[in-house]
Amino acid sequence: MSTVKPIATRQAFGEALAAVGAEHNEVVVLDADLSKSTKSELFAKKCPDRFIQMGIAEQNMLGVAAGLALSGKVTFACSFACFVAGRFETIKISVAYAGARVRVVGTHAGVGIGEDGYSQMGLEDVGLMRTLPEMVVLQPSDDVETHAMVRWLVTDCTQPAYLRLTRQNLRRLHPDGWTWTPGKLDVLREGTDVAIIASGGPVMNAMDAAEALAKEGRSVAVANLSSIKPLDHAGIAALAKKVKLIVTVEDHNVIGGIGSAVAEVVAETGGARVHRHGVLDVFGESGTPEALYEKHRLDPKGIAEVVREQLAR
Amino acid sequence: MSATSRTETVAMLAKMTREMRATILSMITQAGSGHPGGSLSVIDFIAALFFTRLKHDPKNPTWADRDRFVLSKGHAVPALYVTLAKRGYFDESQLMTLRQLGSPLQGHPVNRFMAACEAPTGSLGQGLSVAHGMALAAKLDKKSYTTFCLMGDGEIQEGQVWEAAMSASKFALDNLVAIVDWNGGQIDGSITEVMPSLEPVVAKFEAFGWDVKEIDGHDFDAILDSIAWADERGGKPKCIVARTVKGKGVSFVEHPTKYHGAALTKDELARAHAELKEAK
Repeated sequence: MSTVKPIATRQAFGEALAAVGAEHNEVVVLDADLSKSTKSELFAKKCPDRFIQMGIAEQNMLGVAAGLALSGKVTFACSFACFVAGRFETIKISVAYAGARVRVVGTHAGVGIGEDGYSQMGLEDVGLMRTLPEMVVLQPSDDVETHAMVRWLVTDCTQPAYLRLTRQNLRRLHPDGWTWTPGKLDVLREGTDVAIIASGGPVMNAMDAAEALAKEGRSVAVANLSSIKPLDHAGIAALAKKVKLIVTVEDHNVIGGIGSAVAEVVAETGGARVHRHGVLDVFGESGTPEALYEKHRLDPKGIAEVVREQLAR
Repeated sequence: MSATSRTETVAMLAKMTREMRATILSMITQAGSGHPGGSLSVIDFIAALFFTRLKHDPKNPTWADRDRFVLSKGHAVPALYVTLAKRGYFDESQLMTLRQLGSPLQGHPVNRFMAACEAPTGSLGQGLSVAHGMALAAKLDKKSYTTFCLMGDGEIQEGQVWEAAMSASKFALDNLVAIVDWNGGQIDGSITEVMPSLEPVVAKFEAFGWDVKEIDGHDFDAILDSIAWADERGGKPKCIVARTVKGKGVSFVEHPTKYHGAALTKDELARAHAELKEAK
Protein backbone atom coordinates (compact mmCIF):
# COMPACT_ATOMS: atom_id res chain seq x y z
CA MET A 1 0.00 0.00 0.00
CA SER A 2 1.16 3.46 -0.88
CA THR A 3 2.66 5.55 1.88
CA VAL A 4 1.82 8.81 0.08
CA LYS A 5 -0.73 10.98 1.88
CA PRO A 6 -4.16 10.60 0.25
CA ILE A 7 -5.30 13.64 -1.73
CA ALA A 8 -8.48 14.54 -3.56
CA THR A 9 -8.41 14.28 -7.35
CA ARG A 10 -9.52 17.94 -7.50
CA GLN A 11 -6.35 18.87 -5.60
CA ALA A 12 -4.22 16.75 -7.94
CA PHE A 13 -6.04 18.40 -10.86
CA GLY A 14 -5.21 21.91 -9.64
CA GLU A 15 -1.56 20.99 -9.13
CA ALA A 16 -1.32 19.29 -12.52
CA LEU A 17 -3.06 22.17 -14.27
CA ALA A 18 -0.70 24.69 -12.71
CA ALA A 19 2.31 22.63 -13.81
CA VAL A 20 1.19 21.68 -17.33
CA GLY A 21 -0.61 24.97 -17.93
CA ALA A 22 2.54 26.94 -17.14
CA GLU A 23 4.35 25.04 -19.90
CA HIS A 24 1.60 25.58 -22.49
CA ASN A 25 0.53 29.11 -23.34
CA GLU A 26 -2.57 27.93 -25.19
CA VAL A 27 -4.13 26.75 -21.91
CA VAL A 28 -6.85 29.06 -20.59
CA VAL A 29 -8.76 28.20 -17.42
CA LEU A 30 -12.23 29.46 -16.54
CA ASP A 31 -14.13 29.12 -13.30
CA ALA A 32 -17.55 30.17 -12.05
CA ASP A 33 -16.77 31.45 -8.56
CA LEU A 34 -15.61 28.09 -7.19
CA SER A 35 -11.90 28.24 -7.95
CA LYS A 36 -10.99 27.71 -4.31
CA SER A 37 -13.04 24.50 -4.32
CA THR A 38 -12.27 23.19 -7.81
CA LYS A 39 -8.60 24.05 -7.17
CA SER A 40 -8.31 25.93 -10.45
CA GLU A 41 -6.98 28.68 -8.16
CA LEU A 42 -3.64 26.87 -8.19
CA PHE A 43 -3.44 27.64 -11.92
CA ALA A 44 -4.77 31.16 -11.34
CA LYS A 45 -1.93 31.89 -8.93
CA LYS A 46 0.69 30.66 -11.37
CA CYS A 47 -0.79 32.05 -14.62
CA PRO A 48 -3.13 34.92 -13.62
CA ASP A 49 -3.26 36.30 -17.19
CA ARG A 50 -4.79 33.09 -18.47
CA PHE A 51 -7.31 32.57 -15.69
CA ILE A 52 -10.79 33.89 -16.46
CA GLN A 53 -13.18 34.45 -13.58
CA MET A 54 -16.69 34.16 -15.04
CA GLY A 55 -18.77 34.63 -11.91
CA ILE A 56 -21.77 32.47 -11.09
CA ALA A 57 -22.85 31.92 -14.68
CA GLU A 58 -21.92 28.43 -15.81
CA GLN A 59 -23.61 28.31 -19.19
CA ASN A 60 -21.89 31.52 -20.24
CA MET A 61 -18.60 30.12 -18.92
CA LEU A 62 -19.03 27.03 -21.12
CA GLY A 63 -19.91 29.11 -24.19
CA VAL A 64 -16.99 31.48 -23.66
CA ALA A 65 -14.69 28.47 -23.16
CA ALA A 66 -15.95 27.16 -26.52
CA GLY A 67 -15.32 30.48 -28.28
CA LEU A 68 -11.79 30.60 -26.87
CA ALA A 69 -11.19 26.99 -27.94
CA LEU A 70 -12.48 27.72 -31.45
CA SER A 71 -9.86 30.48 -31.54
CA GLY A 72 -6.94 28.16 -30.80
CA LYS A 73 -6.99 27.79 -27.02
CA VAL A 74 -7.26 24.66 -24.91
CA THR A 75 -9.74 25.60 -22.23
CA PHE A 76 -10.65 24.11 -18.87
CA ALA A 77 -14.12 25.20 -17.67
CA CYS A 78 -14.43 24.30 -14.00
CA SER A 79 -17.23 24.03 -11.49
CA PHE A 80 -18.97 21.37 -9.45
CA ALA A 81 -20.11 18.34 -11.48
CA CYS A 82 -23.75 19.14 -10.77
CA PHE A 83 -23.48 22.72 -12.02
CA VAL A 84 -21.71 21.98 -15.29
CA ALA A 85 -23.94 19.00 -16.04
CA GLY A 86 -26.92 21.26 -15.40
CA ARG A 87 -25.87 23.33 -18.43
CA PHE A 88 -26.04 20.28 -20.64
CA GLU A 89 -27.50 21.94 -23.72
CA THR A 90 -24.64 24.43 -23.86
CA ILE A 91 -22.17 21.54 -23.58
CA LYS A 92 -24.09 19.62 -26.24
CA ILE A 93 -24.10 22.42 -28.83
CA SER A 94 -21.41 25.02 -28.08
CA VAL A 95 -18.83 22.50 -26.85
CA ALA A 96 -19.44 19.01 -28.27
CA TYR A 97 -21.13 19.74 -31.60
CA ALA A 98 -18.73 22.63 -32.15
CA GLY A 99 -15.82 20.20 -31.73
CA ALA A 100 -14.23 22.72 -29.38
CA ARG A 101 -11.21 21.70 -27.31
CA VAL A 102 -12.98 22.47 -24.05
CA ARG A 103 -12.28 20.35 -21.00
CA VAL A 104 -15.39 20.56 -18.86
CA VAL A 105 -14.26 19.85 -15.31
CA GLY A 106 -16.81 18.69 -12.75
CA THR A 107 -15.52 18.41 -9.19
CA HIS A 108 -17.26 17.31 -5.98
CA ALA A 109 -18.76 14.39 -7.89
CA GLY A 110 -21.37 12.16 -6.33
CA VAL A 111 -22.52 11.77 -2.73
CA GLY A 112 -18.85 12.18 -1.78
CA ILE A 113 -19.40 15.94 -1.42
CA GLY A 114 -21.22 15.09 1.82
CA GLU A 115 -22.93 17.64 4.04
CA ASP A 116 -24.00 20.07 1.30
CA GLY A 117 -26.69 17.66 0.25
CA TYR A 118 -28.36 16.62 -2.97
CA SER A 119 -28.51 19.96 -4.80
CA GLN A 120 -24.70 20.03 -4.85
CA MET A 121 -24.23 16.39 -5.91
CA GLY A 122 -23.46 15.47 -9.51
CA LEU A 123 -25.08 12.06 -9.83
CA GLU A 124 -26.15 12.04 -13.48
CA ASP A 125 -23.24 13.82 -15.18
CA VAL A 126 -21.54 10.68 -16.52
CA GLY A 127 -24.80 9.52 -18.07
CA LEU A 128 -25.31 12.88 -19.74
CA MET A 129 -21.76 13.36 -21.05
CA ARG A 130 -21.51 9.81 -22.32
CA THR A 131 -24.44 10.38 -24.71
CA LEU A 132 -22.58 13.11 -26.61
CA PRO A 133 -20.77 11.90 -29.74
CA GLU A 134 -16.98 12.52 -29.72
CA MET A 135 -17.05 13.60 -26.06
CA VAL A 136 -14.23 12.09 -24.02
CA VAL A 137 -15.31 11.18 -20.46
CA LEU A 138 -12.64 10.58 -17.83
CA GLN A 139 -12.71 9.86 -14.11
CA PRO A 140 -9.38 9.30 -12.35
CA SER A 141 -9.04 7.14 -9.27
CA ASP A 142 -6.00 8.85 -7.74
CA ASP A 143 -3.50 11.67 -8.11
CA VAL A 144 -1.14 9.79 -10.41
CA GLU A 145 -3.90 9.13 -12.88
CA THR A 146 -5.19 12.71 -12.59
CA HIS A 147 -1.79 14.14 -13.51
CA ALA A 148 -1.54 11.84 -16.52
CA MET A 149 -5.01 12.77 -17.72
CA VAL A 150 -4.49 16.52 -17.37
CA ARG A 151 -1.28 16.32 -19.37
CA TRP A 152 -2.96 14.22 -22.06
CA LEU A 153 -5.91 16.62 -22.25
CA VAL A 154 -3.53 19.51 -22.88
CA THR A 155 -1.04 17.92 -25.23
CA ASP A 156 -2.79 15.10 -27.10
CA CYS A 157 -6.55 15.04 -26.96
CA THR A 158 -8.17 16.97 -29.82
CA GLN A 159 -11.78 16.28 -28.82
CA PRO A 160 -14.04 17.92 -26.26
CA ALA A 161 -13.77 16.22 -22.88
CA TYR A 162 -15.36 15.88 -19.46
CA LEU A 163 -13.21 15.28 -16.38
CA ARG A 164 -14.96 14.12 -13.20
CA LEU A 165 -13.20 14.69 -9.88
CA THR A 166 -13.74 14.10 -6.16
CA ARG A 167 -13.93 16.44 -3.24
CA GLN A 168 -12.73 13.72 -0.87
CA ASN A 169 -9.17 12.46 -0.48
CA LEU A 170 -8.24 9.26 -2.29
CA ARG A 171 -5.41 6.85 -1.60
CA ARG A 172 -2.78 6.48 -4.32
CA LEU A 173 -3.32 3.27 -6.30
CA HIS A 174 -0.69 3.63 -9.01
CA PRO A 175 3.10 3.62 -8.79
CA ASP A 176 5.19 6.60 -9.83
CA GLY A 177 6.01 6.52 -13.51
CA TRP A 178 2.94 4.46 -14.30
CA THR A 179 1.54 5.19 -17.75
CA TRP A 180 -2.13 5.88 -18.24
CA THR A 181 -3.56 4.79 -21.59
CA PRO A 182 -6.79 6.40 -22.82
CA GLY A 183 -9.41 3.88 -23.85
CA LYS A 184 -7.92 1.07 -21.73
CA LEU A 185 -9.46 -0.68 -18.77
CA ASP A 186 -6.93 -0.45 -15.95
CA VAL A 187 -6.80 -3.86 -14.26
CA LEU A 188 -5.52 -3.27 -10.74
CA ARG A 189 -5.90 -6.80 -9.47
CA GLU A 190 -6.36 -10.16 -11.16
CA GLY A 191 -9.03 -12.66 -10.07
CA THR A 192 -11.19 -15.44 -11.46
CA ASP A 193 -14.44 -15.62 -9.43
CA VAL A 194 -15.75 -12.12 -9.75
CA ALA A 195 -14.61 -8.82 -11.24
CA ILE A 196 -15.34 -5.46 -9.67
CA ILE A 197 -15.25 -2.66 -12.22
CA ALA A 198 -15.13 0.63 -10.33
CA SER A 199 -14.55 4.26 -11.17
CA GLY A 200 -13.55 7.41 -9.26
CA GLY A 201 -13.87 7.69 -5.49
CA PRO A 202 -14.94 4.10 -4.74
CA VAL A 203 -12.03 2.40 -6.59
CA MET A 204 -9.80 2.30 -3.51
CA ASN A 205 -12.71 0.89 -1.50
CA ALA A 206 -13.23 -1.80 -4.14
CA MET A 207 -9.56 -2.74 -3.68
CA ASP A 208 -10.06 -3.07 0.08
CA ALA A 209 -13.24 -5.09 -0.46
CA ALA A 210 -11.34 -7.43 -2.80
CA GLU A 211 -8.67 -7.88 -0.15
CA ALA A 212 -11.29 -8.81 2.46
CA LEU A 213 -13.01 -11.21 0.07
CA ALA A 214 -9.65 -12.80 -0.78
CA LYS A 215 -9.26 -13.65 2.89
CA GLU A 216 -12.50 -15.61 2.57
CA GLY A 217 -11.01 -17.56 -0.30
CA ARG A 218 -12.62 -15.67 -3.16
CA SER A 219 -10.60 -14.65 -6.18
CA VAL A 220 -11.62 -11.08 -6.99
CA ALA A 221 -10.39 -9.00 -9.93
CA VAL A 222 -10.58 -5.21 -9.70
CA ALA A 223 -10.56 -3.00 -12.76
CA ASN A 224 -10.46 0.77 -12.68
CA LEU A 225 -12.68 2.20 -15.41
CA SER A 226 -11.16 5.68 -15.70
CA SER A 227 -11.57 6.06 -19.44
CA ILE A 228 -15.36 5.95 -19.60
CA LYS A 229 -15.33 7.22 -23.16
CA PRO A 230 -13.52 6.01 -25.19
CA LEU A 231 -14.54 2.75 -23.55
CA ASP A 232 -12.43 -0.40 -23.68
CA HIS A 233 -15.02 -2.70 -25.28
CA ALA A 234 -12.48 -5.48 -25.87
CA GLY A 235 -11.11 -5.30 -22.33
CA ILE A 236 -14.58 -5.45 -20.78
CA ALA A 237 -15.62 -8.29 -23.11
CA ALA A 238 -12.48 -10.25 -22.18
CA LEU A 239 -13.19 -9.77 -18.49
CA ALA A 240 -16.80 -10.88 -18.99
CA LYS A 241 -15.52 -14.11 -20.56
CA LYS A 242 -13.16 -14.75 -17.65
CA VAL A 243 -15.51 -14.39 -14.66
CA LYS A 244 -19.14 -15.33 -13.98
CA LEU A 245 -20.03 -12.07 -12.28
CA ILE A 246 -19.12 -8.44 -12.80
CA VAL A 247 -20.09 -5.92 -10.12
CA THR A 248 -19.78 -2.28 -11.19
CA VAL A 249 -19.22 0.28 -8.44
CA GLU A 250 -19.60 4.03 -8.79
CA ASP A 251 -20.58 7.17 -6.89
CA HIS A 252 -23.23 8.06 -9.49
CA ASN A 253 -26.76 6.98 -10.26
CA VAL A 254 -26.68 3.37 -11.49
CA ILE A 255 -28.77 4.60 -14.40
CA GLY A 256 -26.49 6.01 -17.09
CA GLY A 257 -23.15 5.67 -15.30
CA ILE A 258 -20.31 3.19 -15.71
CA GLY A 259 -22.61 0.32 -14.74
CA SER A 260 -24.76 1.13 -17.73
CA ALA A 261 -21.69 1.46 -19.94
CA VAL A 262 -20.37 -1.95 -18.88
CA ALA A 263 -23.82 -3.57 -19.15
CA GLU A 264 -24.24 -2.18 -22.66
CA VAL A 265 -21.02 -3.90 -23.73
CA VAL A 266 -21.69 -7.21 -22.00
CA ALA A 267 -25.29 -7.34 -23.25
CA GLU A 268 -23.82 -7.44 -26.76
CA THR A 269 -20.80 -9.67 -26.16
CA GLY A 270 -22.23 -12.10 -23.62
CA GLY A 271 -20.37 -13.66 -20.71
CA ALA A 272 -20.69 -12.65 -17.09
CA ARG A 273 -23.83 -11.42 -15.38
CA VAL A 274 -23.51 -7.71 -14.58
CA HIS A 275 -24.72 -6.25 -11.30
CA ARG A 276 -24.77 -2.45 -11.20
CA HIS A 277 -23.94 -0.99 -7.80
CA GLY A 278 -23.86 2.69 -6.91
CA VAL A 279 -26.47 5.25 -5.99
CA LEU A 280 -29.63 3.23 -6.58
CA ASP A 281 -31.74 5.78 -8.44
CA VAL A 282 -32.48 7.76 -5.30
CA PHE A 283 -31.84 11.39 -4.34
CA GLY A 284 -28.82 12.13 -2.20
CA GLU A 285 -28.96 13.86 1.19
CA SER A 286 -26.75 15.56 3.78
CA GLY A 287 -24.28 13.62 5.89
CA THR A 288 -20.56 13.15 6.21
CA PRO A 289 -19.00 11.60 3.09
CA GLU A 290 -18.11 8.58 5.19
CA ALA A 291 -21.67 8.17 6.48
CA LEU A 292 -23.04 8.52 2.96
CA TYR A 293 -20.57 6.00 1.56
CA GLU A 294 -21.63 3.62 4.32
CA LYS A 295 -25.34 4.22 3.66
CA HIS A 296 -24.96 3.67 -0.09
CA ARG A 297 -22.64 0.72 0.56
CA LEU A 298 -19.77 2.31 -1.34
CA ASP A 299 -17.31 1.72 1.54
CA PRO A 300 -15.14 -1.43 1.59
CA LYS A 301 -17.57 -3.27 3.90
CA GLY A 302 -20.59 -2.37 1.77
CA ILE A 303 -18.94 -3.29 -1.50
CA ALA A 304 -17.82 -6.65 -0.07
CA GLU A 305 -21.39 -7.30 1.12
CA VAL A 306 -22.83 -6.54 -2.30
CA VAL A 307 -20.32 -8.89 -3.94
CA ARG A 308 -21.14 -11.67 -1.44
CA GLU A 309 -24.88 -11.22 -2.01
CA GLN A 310 -24.48 -11.33 -5.76
CA LEU A 311 -22.21 -14.39 -5.64
CA ALA A 312 -24.83 -16.14 -3.50
CA ARG A 313 -27.65 -15.35 -5.95
CA MET B 1 -14.89 51.17 -50.04
CA SER B 2 -12.60 54.09 -50.80
CA ALA B 3 -12.98 53.86 -54.58
CA THR B 4 -16.75 53.61 -54.32
CA SER B 5 -19.02 56.34 -53.06
CA ARG B 6 -21.51 55.69 -50.28
CA THR B 7 -24.38 56.23 -52.76
CA GLU B 8 -22.97 53.59 -55.10
CA THR B 9 -22.44 51.17 -52.25
CA VAL B 10 -25.99 51.62 -51.01
CA ALA B 11 -27.36 51.12 -54.53
CA MET B 12 -25.22 48.00 -54.97
CA LEU B 13 -26.45 46.56 -51.65
CA ALA B 14 -30.08 47.39 -52.43
CA LYS B 15 -29.92 45.62 -55.78
CA MET B 16 -28.00 42.65 -54.44
CA THR B 17 -30.29 42.09 -51.44
CA ARG B 18 -33.39 42.11 -53.68
CA GLU B 19 -31.85 39.20 -55.58
CA MET B 20 -30.76 37.53 -52.35
CA ARG B 21 -34.30 37.78 -50.98
CA ALA B 22 -35.59 35.98 -54.06
CA THR B 23 -32.92 33.29 -53.68
CA ILE B 24 -33.62 32.85 -49.94
CA LEU B 25 -37.32 32.29 -50.59
CA SER B 26 -36.53 29.85 -53.42
CA MET B 27 -34.16 27.89 -51.16
CA ILE B 28 -36.76 27.58 -48.42
CA THR B 29 -39.54 26.59 -50.80
CA GLN B 30 -37.23 24.04 -52.46
CA ALA B 31 -36.39 22.63 -49.00
CA GLY B 32 -40.07 22.58 -48.08
CA SER B 33 -39.30 24.09 -44.69
CA GLY B 34 -37.33 26.89 -43.09
CA HIS B 35 -37.74 30.41 -41.76
CA PRO B 36 -38.53 33.09 -44.37
CA GLY B 37 -39.55 35.87 -41.96
CA GLY B 38 -36.32 36.10 -39.95
CA SER B 39 -34.11 35.44 -42.98
CA LEU B 40 -35.58 38.45 -44.77
CA SER B 41 -35.28 40.68 -41.70
CA VAL B 42 -31.53 40.02 -41.31
CA ILE B 43 -30.34 39.90 -44.92
CA ASP B 44 -29.69 43.63 -45.27
CA PHE B 45 -27.38 43.77 -42.25
CA ILE B 46 -25.58 40.53 -43.09
CA ALA B 47 -25.00 41.55 -46.71
CA ALA B 48 -23.73 44.98 -45.68
CA LEU B 49 -21.36 43.41 -43.16
CA PHE B 50 -19.94 40.80 -45.53
CA PHE B 51 -19.65 43.09 -48.55
CA THR B 52 -18.33 46.26 -46.94
CA ARG B 53 -16.70 45.47 -43.63
CA LEU B 54 -15.56 41.93 -42.79
CA LYS B 55 -11.87 41.16 -43.10
CA HIS B 56 -11.90 37.53 -44.17
CA ASP B 57 -10.76 35.14 -46.86
CA PRO B 58 -13.35 32.89 -48.53
CA LYS B 59 -10.53 30.64 -49.73
CA ASN B 60 -9.20 30.27 -46.18
CA PRO B 61 -12.23 30.41 -43.86
CA THR B 62 -10.22 29.47 -40.77
CA TRP B 63 -7.59 32.22 -41.25
CA ALA B 64 -6.59 33.04 -37.66
CA ASP B 65 -6.85 36.83 -38.04
CA ARG B 66 -10.24 36.95 -39.77
CA ASP B 67 -13.18 38.89 -38.40
CA ARG B 68 -15.78 36.49 -37.01
CA PHE B 69 -19.51 36.51 -37.66
CA VAL B 70 -21.69 34.28 -35.47
CA LEU B 71 -25.32 34.00 -36.53
CA SER B 72 -26.79 33.17 -33.14
CA LYS B 73 -30.37 33.23 -34.45
CA GLY B 74 -29.41 30.20 -36.49
CA HIS B 75 -32.84 29.73 -38.07
CA ALA B 76 -32.10 32.74 -40.31
CA VAL B 77 -29.24 30.76 -41.87
CA PRO B 78 -30.51 30.95 -45.49
CA ALA B 79 -29.52 34.63 -45.35
CA LEU B 80 -26.01 33.63 -44.26
CA TYR B 81 -25.67 30.87 -46.86
CA VAL B 82 -26.70 33.09 -49.75
CA THR B 83 -24.24 35.75 -48.56
CA LEU B 84 -21.39 33.24 -48.18
CA ALA B 85 -22.08 31.87 -51.67
CA LYS B 86 -22.08 35.37 -53.16
CA ARG B 87 -18.80 36.11 -51.37
CA GLY B 88 -17.28 32.99 -52.93
CA TYR B 89 -17.18 30.54 -50.05
CA PHE B 90 -18.92 27.91 -52.15
CA ASP B 91 -20.69 27.60 -55.47
CA GLU B 92 -24.13 29.19 -55.69
CA SER B 93 -25.48 26.00 -57.25
CA GLN B 94 -25.21 24.39 -53.80
CA LEU B 95 -27.74 26.80 -52.31
CA MET B 96 -30.69 24.71 -53.47
CA THR B 97 -29.44 21.74 -51.41
CA LEU B 98 -30.47 23.52 -48.19
CA ARG B 99 -31.72 21.06 -45.55
CA GLN B 100 -31.16 18.02 -47.77
CA LEU B 101 -29.44 14.88 -46.51
CA GLY B 102 -25.71 15.15 -47.05
CA SER B 103 -25.67 18.89 -47.72
CA PRO B 104 -23.32 21.13 -45.73
CA LEU B 105 -26.19 23.62 -45.76
CA GLN B 106 -27.74 22.33 -42.55
CA GLY B 107 -31.06 23.66 -41.27
CA HIS B 108 -29.12 25.71 -38.72
CA PRO B 109 -25.44 26.77 -38.98
CA VAL B 110 -22.83 24.12 -38.17
CA ASN B 111 -19.14 24.92 -38.23
CA ARG B 112 -18.11 21.30 -38.71
CA PHE B 113 -19.97 21.27 -42.05
CA MET B 114 -19.10 24.83 -43.05
CA ALA B 115 -16.19 26.53 -41.30
CA ALA B 116 -17.49 30.02 -42.10
CA CYS B 117 -20.46 29.38 -39.82
CA GLU B 118 -17.89 29.69 -36.96
CA ALA B 119 -20.02 27.76 -34.41
CA PRO B 120 -23.11 25.59 -34.23
CA THR B 121 -26.04 27.84 -33.42
CA GLY B 122 -29.80 27.68 -33.41
CA SER B 123 -30.14 26.53 -29.84
CA LEU B 124 -31.03 30.10 -29.01
CA GLY B 125 -29.07 32.16 -26.55
CA GLN B 126 -25.69 30.45 -26.98
CA GLY B 127 -24.03 32.47 -29.75
CA LEU B 128 -23.15 35.58 -27.77
CA SER B 129 -21.13 33.55 -25.24
CA VAL B 130 -19.19 31.86 -28.03
CA ALA B 131 -18.60 35.18 -29.79
CA HIS B 132 -17.50 36.61 -26.42
CA GLY B 133 -14.96 33.78 -26.16
CA MET B 134 -13.63 34.60 -29.62
CA ALA B 135 -13.34 38.28 -28.73
CA LEU B 136 -11.60 37.39 -25.47
CA ALA B 137 -9.13 35.22 -27.39
CA ALA B 138 -8.30 38.25 -29.57
CA LYS B 139 -7.60 40.30 -26.43
CA LEU B 140 -5.40 37.53 -24.94
CA ASP B 141 -3.48 37.16 -28.21
CA LYS B 142 -3.38 40.91 -28.92
CA LYS B 143 -5.06 40.37 -32.28
CA SER B 144 -7.06 43.08 -33.98
CA TYR B 145 -10.00 41.12 -35.38
CA THR B 146 -13.61 41.95 -34.51
CA THR B 147 -16.30 39.44 -33.60
CA PHE B 148 -19.90 40.13 -34.62
CA CYS B 149 -22.85 38.23 -33.22
CA LEU B 150 -26.35 38.59 -34.62
CA MET B 151 -29.24 37.63 -32.33
CA GLY B 152 -32.99 37.70 -32.59
CA ASP B 153 -35.29 39.74 -30.38
CA GLY B 154 -37.09 36.59 -29.28
CA GLU B 155 -33.72 34.96 -28.68
CA ILE B 156 -32.61 37.51 -26.12
CA GLN B 157 -35.33 36.24 -23.81
CA GLU B 158 -32.79 33.50 -23.02
CA GLY B 159 -30.94 34.10 -19.74
CA GLN B 160 -27.56 33.07 -21.10
CA VAL B 161 -27.55 36.18 -23.30
CA TRP B 162 -27.56 38.38 -20.22
CA GLU B 163 -24.83 36.35 -18.54
CA ALA B 164 -22.73 36.99 -21.63
CA ALA B 165 -23.75 40.67 -21.76
CA MET B 166 -22.58 41.06 -18.16
CA SER B 167 -19.19 39.40 -18.56
CA ALA B 168 -18.41 40.94 -21.98
CA SER B 169 -18.67 44.24 -20.19
CA LYS B 170 -16.41 43.06 -17.35
CA PHE B 171 -13.70 42.12 -19.86
CA ALA B 172 -14.12 45.42 -21.77
CA LEU B 173 -14.63 43.62 -25.06
CA ASP B 174 -14.78 46.59 -27.39
CA ASN B 175 -13.91 44.13 -30.17
CA LEU B 176 -17.30 42.44 -29.76
CA VAL B 177 -20.38 43.71 -31.59
CA ALA B 178 -23.84 42.32 -30.93
CA ILE B 179 -26.63 43.01 -33.38
CA VAL B 180 -30.20 42.48 -32.23
CA ASP B 181 -32.54 41.88 -35.15
CA TRP B 182 -35.65 43.39 -33.63
CA ASN B 183 -38.30 42.25 -36.09
CA GLY B 184 -40.98 42.18 -33.42
CA GLY B 185 -42.20 38.66 -33.95
CA GLN B 186 -41.66 35.18 -32.59
CA ILE B 187 -43.36 31.83 -33.12
CA ASP B 188 -46.26 32.17 -30.70
CA GLY B 189 -46.99 35.83 -31.36
CA SER B 190 -45.55 39.32 -31.43
CA ILE B 191 -42.89 40.29 -28.90
CA THR B 192 -45.47 42.66 -27.41
CA GLU B 193 -47.74 39.71 -26.70
CA VAL B 194 -45.19 37.09 -25.70
CA MET B 195 -42.70 39.15 -23.67
CA PRO B 196 -43.53 42.86 -23.58
CA SER B 197 -41.03 43.47 -20.79
CA LEU B 198 -38.18 42.80 -23.22
CA GLU B 199 -38.42 46.55 -23.82
CA PRO B 200 -36.75 48.86 -23.16
CA VAL B 201 -33.98 46.85 -24.80
CA VAL B 202 -31.57 49.74 -25.31
CA ALA B 203 -31.66 50.59 -21.61
CA LYS B 204 -31.09 46.93 -20.74
CA PHE B 205 -27.87 46.67 -22.75
CA GLU B 206 -26.74 50.07 -21.47
CA ALA B 207 -27.35 48.91 -17.92
CA PHE B 208 -25.11 45.92 -18.62
CA GLY B 209 -22.32 48.29 -19.64
CA TRP B 210 -22.63 48.31 -23.41
CA ASP B 211 -22.61 51.16 -25.90
CA VAL B 212 -25.88 50.89 -27.80
CA LYS B 213 -27.08 52.32 -31.10
CA GLU B 214 -30.58 51.92 -32.44
CA ILE B 215 -31.12 51.95 -36.19
CA ASP B 216 -33.57 51.19 -38.96
CA GLY B 217 -32.23 47.79 -39.96
CA HIS B 218 -33.31 48.16 -43.57
CA ASP B 219 -31.74 51.58 -44.17
CA PHE B 220 -28.32 50.87 -45.67
CA ASP B 221 -27.00 54.31 -44.78
CA ALA B 222 -27.90 53.68 -41.15
CA ILE B 223 -26.46 50.15 -41.27
CA LEU B 224 -23.14 51.35 -42.69
CA ASP B 225 -22.99 54.18 -40.16
CA SER B 226 -23.63 51.75 -37.31
CA ILE B 227 -20.90 49.39 -38.54
CA ALA B 228 -18.45 52.30 -38.65
CA TRP B 229 -19.58 53.37 -35.17
CA ALA B 230 -19.01 49.84 -33.86
CA ASP B 231 -15.41 49.99 -35.03
CA GLU B 232 -14.62 52.74 -32.55
CA ARG B 233 -12.85 50.98 -29.72
CA GLY B 234 -14.01 52.78 -26.60
CA GLY B 235 -13.50 50.06 -24.00
CA LYS B 236 -17.08 48.79 -24.09
CA PRO B 237 -18.81 46.09 -26.12
CA LYS B 238 -21.19 47.47 -28.74
CA CYS B 239 -24.80 46.62 -29.41
CA ILE B 240 -26.72 47.62 -32.50
CA VAL B 241 -30.47 47.28 -32.14
CA ALA B 242 -31.69 46.97 -35.71
CA ARG B 243 -35.41 47.66 -35.92
CA THR B 244 -36.54 45.49 -38.79
CA VAL B 245 -39.61 44.01 -40.42
CA LYS B 246 -40.14 40.28 -40.39
CA GLY B 247 -40.44 39.10 -44.00
CA LYS B 248 -39.17 42.49 -45.26
CA GLY B 249 -39.34 43.06 -49.00
CA VAL B 250 -42.38 40.99 -49.95
CA SER B 251 -45.72 42.52 -48.96
CA PHE B 252 -47.59 39.38 -47.98
CA VAL B 253 -44.60 37.84 -46.16
CA GLU B 254 -44.28 40.93 -43.97
CA HIS B 255 -46.06 39.62 -40.88
CA PRO B 256 -44.92 39.08 -37.28
CA THR B 257 -45.73 35.36 -37.16
CA LYS B 258 -47.27 33.98 -40.35
CA TYR B 259 -44.01 33.21 -42.16
CA HIS B 260 -41.78 32.65 -39.15
CA GLY B 261 -41.33 28.99 -39.94
CA ALA B 262 -43.39 28.26 -43.03
CA ALA B 263 -42.06 27.90 -46.56
CA LEU B 264 -43.87 29.75 -49.32
CA THR B 265 -45.92 27.58 -51.67
CA LYS B 266 -44.81 27.55 -55.31
CA ASP B 267 -47.57 30.03 -56.20
CA GLU B 268 -46.62 32.32 -53.34
CA LEU B 269 -42.98 32.09 -54.39
CA ALA B 270 -43.86 33.17 -57.94
CA ARG B 271 -45.80 36.14 -56.55
CA ALA B 272 -42.88 37.02 -54.28
CA HIS B 273 -40.40 36.86 -57.13
CA ALA B 274 -42.61 39.06 -59.29
CA GLU B 275 -42.91 41.59 -56.50
CA LEU B 276 -39.16 41.69 -55.90
CA LYS B 277 -38.55 42.15 -59.62
CA GLU B 278 -41.00 45.05 -59.78
CA ALA B 279 -39.30 46.69 -56.83
CA LYS B 280 -36.35 47.45 -59.08
